[in-house]
Amino acid sequence: MAYEVGGKTFESDEEGYLVDLASWNEELAGLIAKDEEIDMTDEHWEVVNFLRDYYNEYQIAPAVRVLVKAIKKKFGAEKGSNKYLYELFPYGPAKQACKIAGLPKPTGCV
Amino acid sequence: MSEEIEFDTAGITKKFMYVNRKAPYGTIYALEVLEAVLISAAFEQHAAIVFIDDGVYQIKKGQDTAAINMKNFSKTYGIIEMEKEDADEDEDMDMVWRIIVEKESMEARGLSADDFVVDVEVLPSAELAKVMAEQDVVISG
Amino acid sequence: MIHTINKSPFERNSLDSCLRLSEKGSPILLLEDGVYAATKGTSVSGTVGTATGEHPMFVMGPDLQARGIAEDQVMDGITVVDYGGFVDLVVEHGTVQSWL
Repeated sequence: MAYEVGGKTFESDEEGYLVDLASWNEELAGLIAKDEEIDMTDEHWEVVNFLRDYYNEYQIAPAVRVLVKAIKKKFGAEKGSNKYLYELFPYGPAKQACKIAGLPKPTGCV
Repeated sequence: MSEEIEFDTAGITKKFMYVNRKAPYGTIYALEVLEAVLISAAFEQHAAIVFIDDGVYQIKKGQDTAAINMKNFSKTYGIIEMEKEDADEDEDMDMVWRIIVEKESMEARGLSADDFVVDVEVLPSAELAKVMAEQDVVISG
Repeated sequence: MIHTINKSPFERNSLDSCLRLSEKGSPILLLEDGVYAATKGTSVSGTVGTATGEHPMFVMGPDLQARGIAEDQVMDGITVVDYGGFVDLVVEHGTVQSWL
């Protein structure tokens, strides 16, 4: 599989996760989001950018529990819940938000 | 996906020790134990993450794996430090985390406490043996 | 003949066996977890220091880098090589004995 943005091809695995995470850009993220039927808002970007920063620092995507806790710390209590994240990413914040952020599929997620 | 499952572990808190004895890249042990620690963090248990023998090399500063084409997971130990800080700060949570390096192993390798990517307690083996003896579960790699 | 050691000297006896069974003057290359032997100030530094007097000794740079060992932490008398240097050594010295 692959994504095409601006005449360039970005390889992905069979589930749509980007192969080369360095090749990620916001335009590509928008396209992946479209495939996931997600309309990107500022709130979506908050989570996606948070995931990218976290991955850069720790070389691994956070567990959902950690994500909820960290979002709460950073963006306030009303955003720090499973419910809020599932409203943004109905098929799972780990799965969908990581995919849009260009990160590998989280391993701790069965 | 497991997000919506609430694990009810109230009342069951055990002492877990993770014993790291292997250098990071030559074998898969180090990465496997690290993953086990991260998963277990979800269950709010006590944890002592211990580095002895060549395990002390797992948290050595300055690792750069670009040239050997492997993932540099020394950065991921930062999550353990973060979990420990959360456990220390949160008074509602009955959870104690410790990150321990055995003094003898560290010194035999010409290292000091400043050489590690996370803040560690340095304990001589006699004291570490006591901590080990107190554990309910020991996971080693 | 060139000897290679890819195990940590603190975990296996590969280094000791290599030093016991290699002729003086034959080169020794430390790679993978074997590179820990090249670090200054460890409990095996004495052994390795003696070996540098008897063998041309080499260590793999990419493996040092991966493990966070800066070149100034490498003992005197051990030359840092890259993958190309490894190939050159093998070409020059023919048979490889790997102490695993």
